[in-house]
Amino acid sequence: MKRNVARLHLMVVLVGVSLVSSINGQQNNKTNDEQGAKRSSVYDELAKAPDKARTKRNPLEKDLEAVAAGRNLFEQHCAECHGDAAQGGKKGPSLRAAEVQNAEAGAIFWVLTNGVVRKGMPVWSKLPEPQRWQLVSFIKSLGVGPAKEEPGLPARLQSTGSPSRLR
Amino acid sequence: MSTVYRLVWLGILFVFSTLLFFPARASAQESPYIVAYDHYLEEPGNLEIEYFSTFGTQRSGNDFHAFWAEFEYGATAWWTTEFYLAGQSTFNDSTVFTGFRWENRIRPLKREHFVNPVLYVEYENKNGADKILKEGEGHDVEADFLTPNAVARKEHIHEMELKLILSSTFKGWNFTENTLAAKNLSNSPWEFGYALGASRPLALKASAKRCTFCPQNFVGGVEMYGGLGDRHHFGLHDTSHYVAPVLDWNMPSGWTLRISPGFGLNDNSHRFLLRWGVSREISRFGQMVSKLLGGRR
Repeated sequence: MKRNVARLHLMVVLVGVSLVSSINGQQNNKTNDEQGAKRSSVYDELAKAPDKARTKRNPLEKDLEAVAAGRNLFEQHCAECHGDAAQGGKKGPSLRAAEVQNAEAGAIFWVLTNGVVRKGMPVWSKLPEPQRWQLVSFIKSLGVGPAKEEPGLPARLQSTGSPSRLR
Repeated sequence: MSTVYRLVWLGILFVFSTLLFFPARASAQESPYIVAYDHYLEEPGNLEIEYFSTFGTQRSGNDFHAFWAEFEYGATAWWTTEFYLAGQSTFNDSTVFTGFRWENRIRPLKREHFVNPVLYVEYENKNGADKILKEGEGHDVEADFLTPNAVARKEHIHEMELKLILSSTFKGWNFTENTLAAKNLSNSPWEFGYALGASRPLALKASAKRCTFCPQNFVGGVEMYGGLGDRHHFGLHDTSHYVAPVLDWNMPSGWTLRISPGFGLNDNSHRFLLRWGVSREISRFGQMVSKLLGGRR
């Protein structure tokens, strides 16, 4: 039994070391090129959405409050990785990129639901379906391009470049 | 009040007052379960610090208050690792540290499915005075808790615990089923247990206003858990079972509160367990550690 326990302790130490090195490695080994490649492969996920998901319409597209509610949800759950103004961060790509803004609402909803688990984006099906559609409404309201100043909005949420139509 | 108990409370107070100084940004909508697990893992790079407390009644003995702290880290989007420290205080007896646990949850499938499996592996290094009741397993019954702390703490337990978590989310509801197999690394047989859970946010749509008391910030549900005997005597004979409504409140400030009154379903179970917990998520903890370790910014 003592041998088993010793083996377990050794295993604990080894996995602990690998965890620490993974934390360090996550930040250390990424060049800008690698990060760029990672981002484009994350955008590629939008293209993988099945047709059935892609053609889904946003049931809240006429809901006047959906964008505001989506903005709150974005601030709570997404800004940490995608940046306060959705301009992209160290962990997540820009949501103002043409790849996202030109994608169908259904494809964005599909990526939100399934995540891109192997590339670091968690699944967000824990948010109920209407909240995910509210997020889609907000993301589509951002438009392509850098954030513009909007009077009355906190700096971190300055939004729209050229607004794209909600689909 | 014993010195250990006072130190524990001071430690908890210190940890949570330190957390007040971290930037307030809410992240995940937390699961309300205290025993059962769903398939959602910690966001990568985030650390969640949680404190849980269980008050339990004890027939023919002293009631107890068991408590534990959890440090849950999202290593990747498919792997969450968690470290526990646990203790308990038995009224009219003493307060003791009861051990630590190291848990890992791995999501093998990369997309969302109707049923989502998660593999769970935990190593427990605890003593016989452990009373946190974090799972129902084997033939664990209420009478096991009658042993005085001074005697119970002399028993050292090294245990591996494996779980298969199967969880689904449908129309805002989460349904989860956990099957447990545990092996004491001494010469004991495999023991089995289960946990079931169902939960739903009180509102499915988010409010356009940022609010603390909006119904979408509350998740309610129920969980049920218990033992299923061991390899030699599999089944419900000499096992304990509980049912517990659960409620959690995800505040926009990033704090989460949980409360769960639990009720024993047979004479082998404690009649009543009152559990509550408070947690706070630290975003970008991985980046902070990376900077400390000299990672490139």
